[in-house]
Amino acid sequence: MSKREILVPERQKQPRKQIAATSQMKKLMASHFLEIDEAQRTGQKKVAWCTSVGPAELLHAMGFLVYFPENHGALLGATRMATDLIPLANAVGYSPDICSYLTADVGAYLGGVTPLTKAYGIQKVPKADVLVYNTNQCRDVQDWFSFYAREWNVPIVGIHTHRNIQEVNDYHITDLVAQIKGMIPTLELVSGIKFDIDKLREVVDLSLQCTSLWKQVLQCGAAIPAPLTFFDATIHMGPAVVLRGKPEAVDYYKTLLAELNDRIEKKEGAVPLERHRLYWDGMPVWGKLRELSDQFYGMQTNVVASTYCNSWIFDAFDPTHPLESMARAYTELFIVRDESYKEWYMDQWIKTFGIDGVIFHDAKTCPNNSNNRYSMPQRMAVRLGLPTLVIHGDLNDLRCYSEEQTRTNIEAFVEQLDQKPA
Amino acid sequence: MTGKIAGGIDVGSCTSKAVVVDGNENILGSEVLFSATDFEGAANKAWKNALLKAEVYVDTPIPVISTGYGRNSVKFASKSLTEISCHARGCLRYFKGPMTIVDIGGQDNKIIKIDRNGLRQSFKMNRKCAAGTGAFLEEMALRLRLPIEQLNDLAQNADGEVVLGSYCTVFSGTEVLEKIKSGHPVDRIVRGLFHSVVKRILEMDTLTDIVVMTGGVIEHNPFLIDLLRTHIPNEIATPPRPQIMGALGAALYALQEKTE
Repeated sequence: MSKREILVPERQKQPRKQIAATSQMKKLMASHFLEIDEAQRTGQKKVAWCTSVGPAELLHAMGFLVYFPENHGALLGATRMATDLIPLANAVGYSPDICSYLTADVGAYLGGVTPLTKAYGIQKVPKADVLVYNTNQCRDVQDWFSFYAREWNVPIVGIHTHRNIQEVNDYHITDLVAQIKGMIPTLELVSGIKFDIDKLREVVDLSLQCTSLWKQVLQCGAAIPAPLTFFDATIHMGPAVVLRGKPEAVDYYKTLLAELNDRIEKKEGAVPLERHRLYWDGMPVWGKLRELSDQFYGMQTNVVASTYCNSWIFDAFDPTHPLESMARAYTELFIVRDESYKEWYMDQWIKTFGIDGVIFHDAKTCPNNSNNRYSMPQRMAVRLGLPTLVIHGDLNDLRCYSEEQTRTNIEAFVEQLDQKPA
Repeated sequence: MTGKIAGGIDVGSCTSKAVVVDGNENILGSEVLFSATDFEGAANKAWKNALLKAEVYVDTPIPVISTGYGRNSVKFASKSLTEISCHARGCLRYFKGPMTIVDIGGQDNKIIKIDRNGLRQSFKMNRKCAAGTGAFLEEMALRLRLPIEQLNDLAQNADGEVVLGSYCTVFSGTEVLEKIKSGHPVDRIVRGLFHSVVKRILEMDTLTDIVVMTGGVIEHNPFLIDLLRTHIPNEIATPPRPQIMGALGAALYALQEKTE
């Protein structure tokens, strides 16, 4: 009888232990959305839409309430509303091949629906007073925000980050600082609040604390057994995305980190009897988080690290040089780096986390987050001697996802990890 | 008959295959049936027929492992394994690594690389699109109003080939209609379709060492092997019954588990 057959019944006896801090996180997220909704209705505060990796720090420092449409895009995916809404955006000319956060979000707007209604009783997403993007992830965010700028006739400003960077050089930083400064007059005009460098220092300091704690949370995955999974992390990264720069995010990650460290001390794995440890590259399949999590759980396999959740680690934040450090943080990101840097970066995490295999998610509508497309898995397999697997799907558009094919691929991959010489 | 006997059932999207093996890894009996829409019924019937052919009484407790698209429909199997593992195990019954296994199935293709120790190094399945699979040839046979059994002979005996460029099964269908309208002979079009299957395989992965081809499409359309030979210098081989390699592999795993 195989090891797997012996272990499965034991595993089934143990109910999945939830992360206790989740309830606190849900309250935090609810407060975030309700605060913006309230401000929207009363007109007390201005609302800025911002891309998920900045420049939120600047917006907080200038008194805006900050709303992150990428978070809304992920909610549309996780609630499986996206696939029905994307066609509405397709019909008005937004291609099914472009970012499905964009198409799902625009589709939801056109359809007059939002997952915020069911989650928090909020009838519609907050209208922006200003739209602020950063192209460090992709050009799509600019096009996405431009839709709303036209729709609402509100100002749109943004930062155009350099791409495919091997080393971050001074000229990258100089340019980005100039771009950030260039947005300030528009933001002052909309907010009615004058830019204050000391206020920015405070926010950057809070962001640094938040992101440092978030990094420590993710590093807990290096413990054997790992106290959390990639799927847990995709949920718990919420505050690092939408509340970065605010004290409540810092408090939250202190609580979460304490719980995970306690789990490590007690050797409580998120996947009981953990046998294999995997790295996930690329976007989550938001509409299939539960199914995928259950599949790995059932195979005593834990996805313990990912490129995606690391995207909100900003080591460079420095309150003594807020603008320069923001520019550096936004430019040091994995997604804007060249292949050689990306490989180096992933290698470090893979070695530190004791990874047995790497799964690349080729997301149909997100080329910038699909790192398999230039033969990286093949190079990695040779360089590290690790098996790699590419699954084809999408972050939000489940029309691009084959349940059975994905399930079989993952199952076969774990069987490969299980194999022993005849 | 008792002793070391085990079974494997491969419930594919098109056909269900069952194999009974003895302790020496010899095939005692096998069956291939259309899966249709009742996977469970097809698996049961295939298993029953395989046992009859093997002259094994059905009330004899025999370890069985299921595989294939409908692997979870086989209620009497002790466990299931993917077709990737099972095709590899089946091929290792006849060939030693290193080898590349190319399985052309009803709705998906697989390329599986086995190292010199018989361990799997990597595998690839076709993407969501069924281009280059058995489903592609079925669709094209329908378009051409040809019985699918005639395709191999038509392709093999054609005195030329009509090149088809499309990647997509649906667009290939349109392209085929265009070729017919342009007056191209059907047999040359069929050879072009066969070549299209080969091209889809070649773009999936590199083919290294000896290439072992399996699956129902190869069993019924061996001319595909001749066409593949025109593209690669590797030795290309097939096991005795390419279509039942998945079921055989499952049976051999079941045998191994019984032994353990």
